[in-house]
Amino acid sequence: MDYVVEMLDIRKEFPGVVANDNITLQLKKGEIHALLGENGAGKSTLMNVLFGLYQPEKGEIRVNGKPVKITDPNIANELGIGMVHQHFMLVEPFTVTQNIILGSEPTRYGKINIRKAEREVQELSDRYGLRVDATAKISDISVGMQQRVEILKTLYRGAEVLIFDEPTAVLTPQEIVELMDIMRSLTAEGKSIILITHKLKEIMQIAERCTVIRKGEGIDTLDVAETSVTELASLMVGRNVSFKVEKEPAVPKETVLKIENLNVKDKRKVEMVKGMNLEVRAGEILGVAGVDGNGQSELIEAITGLQKSDAGKILLNDKDITNFSPRKVTESGVGHIPQDRHKYGLVLDYSVGENMVLQTYYKKPYSKYKTLNYNEIYKKAAELIEEYDVRTPSVYTSASSLSGGNQQKAIIGREVDRSPDLLIAAQPTRGLDVGAIEFIHNKLIEERDKGRAVLLISFELDEVLDLSDRIAVMFDGQNVAEVKPEETDENELGLLMAGSTKEKAGDQG
Amino acid sequence: MNTNRLFNILVPLISALIGLIAGALIMLGFGYNPIKGYAALWNGAFGDIYYFGETVRQVTPYIFTGLAVAFAFRSGLLNIGAEGQVIVGWLAAVWIGTTVEAPMIIHLPLAIIVAGLAGAIWGFIPGLLKATRGVHEVIVTIMLNYTALYSANAIVRNVLSDNEDKTPDVAGTASLASEWFQNMTYFSRMHYGIFIALFAAVIMWFIIERTTLGYELKSVGYNEHASKYAGMSVKRNIILSMVIAGAFAGLAGAMEGLGTFGYMSVQSGFNNLGFDGIAVALLGANTAIGVVLAAILFGSLKVGGLNMPTEAGVPTELVDIIIALIIFFVASGYIIRWAILRFKKEEK
Repeated sequence: MDYVVEMLDIRKEFPGVVANDNITLQLKKGEIHALLGENGAGKSTLMNVLFGLYQPEKGEIRVNGKPVKITDPNIANELGIGMVHQHFMLVEPFTVTQNIILGSEPTRYGKINIRKAEREVQELSDRYGLRVDATAKISDISVGMQQRVEILKTLYRGAEVLIFDEPTAVLTPQEIVELMDIMRSLTAEGKSIILITHKLKEIMQIAERCTVIRKGEGIDTLDVAETSVTELASLMVGRNVSFKVEKEPAVPKETVLKIENLNVKDKRKVEMVKGMNLEVRAGEILGVAGVDGNGQSELIEAITGLQKSDAGKILLNDKDITNFSPRKVTESGVGHIPQDRHKYGLVLDYSVGENMVLQTYYKKPYSKYKTLNYNEIYKKAAELIEEYDVRTPSVYTSASSLSGGNQQKAIIGREVDRSPDLLIAAQPTRGLDVGAIEFIHNKLIEERDKGRAVLLISFELDEVLDLSDRIAVMFDGQNVAEVKPEETDENELGLLMAGSTKEKAGDQG
Repeated sequence: MNTNRLFNILVPLISALIGLIAGALIMLGFGYNPIKGYAALWNGAFGDIYYFGETVRQVTPYIFTGLAVAFAFRSGLLNIGAEGQVIVGWLAAVWIGTTVEAPMIIHLPLAIIVAGLAGAIWGFIPGLLKATRGVHEVIVTIMLNYTALYSANAIVRNVLSDNEDKTPDVAGTASLASEWFQNMTYFSRMHYGIFIALFAAVIMWFIIERTTLGYELKSVGYNEHASKYAGMSVKRNIILSMVIAGAFAGLAGAMEGLGTFGYMSVQSGFNNLGFDGIAVALLGANTAIGVVLAAILFGSLKVGGLNMPTEAGVPTELVDIIIALIIFFVASGYIIRWAILRFKKEEK
């Protein structure tokens, strides 16, 4: 057998939970092996076992056929196992080379030989076609480049097996294509790759084999060529998943949100929204499509009161709410699922229960005479957790220890429960797995059917096309076109998002 | 869970023990008898009822300044200005105590409240600057410490006295001193302030853990963006946090002015009540109960240490080193925690 890494029958327990059980993963030399599972299924735990951060309770790890005990990451490094983390571990003001040699600096008489290191790094980069400039500063290069620096870091340390943890989560579509080329050239040079992901499309594109885990348990290992997206999805989630969003045609009623000639500056005082006009009606989902950075964030911030607008009007149910404070906007009937759930959506150090009353803590029954009633708070939280299927050990658990999908479900529960007239959902499914995405899409449609106005902002065209009843295209701070999802396609939308006018886009489409 | 509780008790105990051993080694190294030294320390803090009274007296302001730092810290602010807030509180308390005439039931509470207000104003300034102009509170509070020190000296010399080094004593109607305590503790300077201090700790616990204000303050401390998103006023909370913290420190000043000394004198430098409060707060993990326990430790060591030169012949400088070592090891409990976990892991 020429397996480079074998993890046999691994079991890892944490107090009260079995995080991994009965998982076997065998990596062949030169293959790309996908590790598929929902958020919180135990993928990261398994890889941390391989990387020496956790010790398994049961099971055996073999490297090149020999049983090994990996008790800390340094041993993993010596065995030629390298990890490309999802959140980069780079020192921003340092150069590429400085970052790569960090921790194993080549020195001569106590002085770092940076020239030699730069040459080595550049050689490595050229060999695998990474096209990284060894002397560039990290703060000056794109996210995609930074990821390649992480890859170089592992190669520089002599890694034969590379673990990629959700590598495409932060990349643009173009960068994803490039990353896949890089992965192929790595395997062509004899490296082996474990790809941790929950994106099925990517697995079908690049992986040779795929190990599926669900709720901590090893389910199966399949040849990608002999399987399908649907099979993988149902193995991962444990039931059949529908990819097409099921919904009835919308029955739009009165206008809930009306935006007139709105101008908003961002924090650097640059005008990002320039004369925006928009209407969202009760009982419809209006999707805003657009390339990131065309004023979508500023638009939401202006509606929700987080940023002042310079000109124009925002009307909610015919009431002028322009430049209201966030609290008054909330009380006027706006729910907001924020784009960045860690920065805005949750106080991570608070418990799940405390997070559930983030906008209502000052109201009865959660407090009385300015004194909190924790019984009521936790009772409400328990209800929401149940209803929105938030998987958490208890309401007292800190929000930071929940998986991304469950954090998002908690936020959605909190926002929807206030029954707002207008629900703003910004990138509601970013970074989530298919199970959670399905749940969230259904919830948004349910809210629409209850007669709420839903404003959806997403950079994923699939999502906009699937969910929306009407699509507004935002380009350079303006609403440049409105289309019906059934009358358009990705191609036309893409052109509109890039700034061509509707007539032209129509000609080409 | 049971082992967890044991662990939480074990860690500080072991830490304190190591601190004592380190102190003992220092004494041995300089040729002093550590057993005699520690006996003197113990006697100096709890050896007889007089020393006990003095220890309680020292613990009182430490509780207040510890609360002042801890409270601000819970909303993400570093209150380095407790020192100055103590001074203005002290001054205000003595000012009211020496110039106003009123029955005790009005006079004493008035002096205490005005001291709290003075501290609150001294906290309000850095709070306001931080909230509206983004000036870092550490800089402003440090500068205000000096402002408070020298302004207070000038006022003591020129306004509250006729060019003397200290003010007259506060009126009996504004005094916290307790004849009953004094008689009981062989004329120590123990006063009623300890009850106010313990009550203040309860107040802090209640505000932080049970009120909507505390919920907002903590939320702002943890995540400003999410707090703003949730409709809280970040500015208002920053200011309020500093105001309340300042009031706690101002009350520490009242304890000194109305209780321990009964007057205010011109001070050549800081008395370190506020700076020690930073250590008390951090040692007490910024919780009300933790602050009380840490203040007891600090107060005992401080008062007990005074007895070491006389009873065991250990020089004052060495006493300060030993006390600092003990506190250092107690504070670095996480090192012990790490060591124990490591040890357990290897056993497996």
